[in-house]
Amino acid sequence: MALARPIGILLAKELRTEFRTRELLISTLVFVLIVLVLFSFTFDPTTVESRRFGPGLLWLALLFAGSLMLHPSFTREQSNDTLVALRMAPIEPVSILAAKILANFSFLLVAELVLLPVFAALYNLRIVPVLGRLVAVLVLGTLALSIVGTVFAAISSQARMRELLLPLLLLPLLTPALVASAEATAGLFEDPPALAAVWVGVLAAFDTIFLTVTWLFGEYLLEE
Amino acid sequence: MAAAAHAMETKKMGTQGLATLGVALLLAIAGYAALFVAPNEATMGLIQRIFYFHVPFGWSAFVAFAISFVSSIAYLRSHAPKWDWLAVSSAEVGVPFVTVMLVTGPIWAHPVWGIWWTWDARLTSTFVLWVLYVCYLLLRTLIDEPERRAVVSAVFNIFAAFDIPLVYFSIWFFRTQHPQPVIGAGGSLDPRMLDVLLLCWGATLALLALLLRQRYRVEALRWEVERLRLEAESRSSVPHGLTLRDQEHSA
Repeated sequence: MALARPIGILLAKELRTEFRTRELLISTLVFVLIVLVLFSFTFDPTTVESRRFGPGLLWLALLFAGSLMLHPSFTREQSNDTLVALRMAPIEPVSILAAKILANFSFLLVAELVLLPVFAALYNLRIVPVLGRLVAVLVLGTLALSIVGTVFAAISSQARMRELLLPLLLLPLLTPALVASAEATAGLFEDPPALAAVWVGVLAAFDTIFLTVTWLFGEYLLEE
Repeated sequence: MAAAAHAMETKKMGTQGLATLGVALLLAIAGYAALFVAPNEATMGLIQRIFYFHVPFGWSAFVAFAISFVSSIAYLRSHAPKWDWLAVSSAEVGVPFVTVMLVTGPIWAHPVWGIWWTWDARLTSTFVLWVLYVCYLLLRTLIDEPERRAVVSAVFNIFAAFDIPLVYFSIWFFRTQHPQPVIGAGGSLDPRMLDVLLLCWGATLALLALLLRQRYRVEALRWEVERLRLEAESRSSVPHGLTLRDQEHSA
């Protein structure tokens, strides 16, 4: 495919830039941990309560982290005007977006996999029996966050007050993804664990719809 | 020539005045019908009459957002400014219409349900809808360059429009799993009630069209002013940072 090669090269470039500094990864990890710990201070939940509120809180923390951490993916390109160089390359503009979506998706997923055991320990949740299904929900939910997050980072990087604007645009739009991933995760920690097909369906629909919209309209954001 | 243009402008103002008057009359008739013609609702009584404003404004707001969505796609395809004007005008009229719905809802709910607000599926999703379009208008104020603003906000508008069905479905499914306060008696609508409702909807649609047309013209003039300003600045030898007005003052 004509898209696969440029996406691969650009993805490698994104990963290399990130792993030189690991800024995004480390700040996401620390941010989510802080929220998880602060929650137990502010509400002092019992074991049952923390099981009940844990999954929703984890997703809320991830969403906030994403809305704060994703905006460098375009502002980083602005400081040296490297986006102009990318645009001049003889590739489909949408592959620039696709590579950034994939890169952000991998960073967030790595951060989540590191956080998962810590989260399970802090909130007394048994993750081993449901690990496969839990990772599937994490993948679908994180994809939703990275698709919309990356596109909106491109939007907010062209406006004033961009740091504040990204969460404002992103959080209301992600409402369905938040509801679906929090409910799906909560179902996995019930007794007996169950994964409701409807929430997986909502997440899959969200991902498919917004990938298609990005593919159709995303390139306009990169125009000069 | 100037006289002809002036005459045309006067004529335009005349039709506009007539249109405004017509819409006002239609709204007055609709209001009269809602208050005096429609039959009294059996259990809720008078307060139910707010329904004739609440529902039509909601429906018309959806029409406005649909226009905005289609215009945004048309703008991205054609890059013709008129589509951007239409997109922003209809969103800007749609937001106050949803606001009317969100305000009249609690006024009705307080005596009927005993509470102002509940996190019910419809209420919550309408609230999310309102926030999305407020964000769209906010985004537009934060980008100065007109073409950039048009492109970027059109993409956001399309994302928001595709999000709405997902919001409604997910929240509806999420909320119906939980017990809810009993919502007023459903069932069939008295035919006279339906007639009044449709009349009120017609009136709000006329109001929508009137406001849309006005707002569209304002946006078109704004672009024209911006374009002329840029042209004047590039022609005159005004030092950078000094506007045309400063120059006039000093002259």
